[in-house]
Amino acid sequence: MLHDDLSCPLLRARSVTKIYGDHVGCLGVSFDLWPGEVLAIVGESGSGKSTLLSCLSGAMEPSEGEVFYNADATGLTDLAGMPEPQLRALARTDWAFVHQNPRDGLRMSVSAGANIGERLMANGARHYSNIRTTAETWLEKVEIDTSRLDDLPETFSGGMQQRLQIARNLVTGPRLVFMDEPPGGLDVSVQARLLDLVRKLVADHELAVVIVTHDLAVARLLASRLMVMQAGRVVETGLADQVLDDPQAPYSQLLVSSVLQV
Amino acid sequence: MKQQSSPTSRTDSPSYGFAYLNEQTKRMIRRALLKAVAVPGYQVPFASREMPMPYGWGTGGIQVTASILTPDDTLKVIDQGADDTTNAVSIRKFFRKTAGIQTTESTDEASIVQTRHRIPEQTLREDQILVYQVPIPEPLRFLEPRETETRKMHALEEYGLMHVKLYEDIARHGNIATTYAYPVHVHGRYVMDPSPTPKFDNPKMDKMPALQLFGAGREKRIYAIPPYTKVRSLDFDDHPFEVQKWDGACALCGETESFLDEVILDDQGGRMFCCSDSDHCGKRRETAGDSHAA
Repeated sequence: MLHDDLSCPLLRARSVTKIYGDHVGCLGVSFDLWPGEVLAIVGESGSGKSTLLSCLSGAMEPSEGEVFYNADATGLTDLAGMPEPQLRALARTDWAFVHQNPRDGLRMSVSAGANIGERLMANGARHYSNIRTTAETWLEKVEIDTSRLDDLPETFSGGMQQRLQIARNLVTGPRLVFMDEPPGGLDVSVQARLLDLVRKLVADHELAVVIVTHDLAVARLLASRLMVMQAGRVVETGLADQVLDDPQAPYSQLLVSSVLQV
Repeated sequence: MKQQSSPTSRTDSPSYGFAYLNEQTKRMIRRALLKAVAVPGYQVPFASREMPMPYGWGTGGIQVTASILTPDDTLKVIDQGADDTTNAVSIRKFFRKTAGIQTTESTDEASIVQTRHRIPEQTLREDQILVYQVPIPEPLRFLEPRETETRKMHALEEYGLMHVKLYEDIARHGNIATTYAYPVHVHGRYVMDPSPTPKFDNPKMDKMPALQLFGAGREKRIYAIPPYTKVRSLDFDDHPFEVQKWDGACALCGETESFLDEVILDDQGGRMFCCSDSDHCGKRRETAGDSHAA
């Protein structure tokens, strides 16, 4: 990728804290995410994973701490100090957000082609045939038959909707992807296919990914680095295989040992 | 109790000020109008009043008209281009009664034209004002239901979504099938809904010498296009904007260049086309009649 400077992280979190009244969302989370790296945040539900993801993606302002993004023009920039137009522009060009429920991330009332084309049109594409061709290419990339281009997402299966959501997000060539439990709610074989696809796309497009999941298998398959959260705090962090094979913190040990074996 | 006639009213009805609305309300609406003219295409919120007619019948347009009327004005009201439909007749009557002004069916003689669904075929002049009745002022509404979000999109000029709608049209119908309320880009800044006028009328809005005012009563919004403002209809590079065309001509006056209504004549499939602008059609028939007589 053109802009990736390996001397500087893409995303930097410094003691990110979010307090809801007297509840803790997440507490003092710090890390650096480097270009092309996949970071998985794992933990039980209620451990602050999704709160952290919202803070990282600019959807929510942290109560304390800062999130910096390495924007093209300005270098490492504090998201809190970034003007809203710039933040929204980032969100539709450099970033992508894949929701757990594809219905949250898709526009259900327009066709698959329009869903994929939306980000292109938001960034100024005004040539119908070009938009359509690009949409077709992306349908192929996410293994959806191109004859479904003009069909509504309503008519797609859950797995196809999730793949369509991924295509819609990646069409502008983002550098950083946030994923919130991407295979949640899909049956196991569809999950496996989706994970394979995501792994391929991440490798092909050299994406940096922050992925939130409660599923250690997802983390094992996709992530290069792992962060284990419990009650809003990071209890352990390290290379994915290292944490999964030799967990140090008591909670990580519990988490790893509670995976059902077949 | 005996009622006394108000000295400011030009009518016999003592309970109304001039043109129905009270002076404070008119001042409030005029302020909104000034802002709307200053920022072409921007939807200015205003404190829309209850009017003695149902929403959807032109409560926004009628408030705008009431606020800009002067005793010397001549008002024309059209509904779907025609002067003789219920809505048009009753609004004319309303202002004759509450403002005592002159009304007309002739586009030429009018100083203010209030319209629902059409722009008169005849080119308007600098000394005329066109008032539109608007049901839903927000062009982005059907794709983005949140008002907070659409306002933000207007503020940041994020209009990609409008093209998603046009894309969807082409994908489904092979061409841009939006035929009315066709979105326009005003003065290179705001995207605006031209009210449910047919897209046939969109080119007339561009650089129009007359002032164009839009009132949406239920949605409480006013917007405007000042005279000679650039108004461009949105389109794709490879699917340019075009207006409707008809194969036939007006059965009454023979016009081929105007917007034609299809009229079903019987249940045997009989039909005819005629001008939707009744004044335009009438004038053409009159001149044709004159030339026959001469």
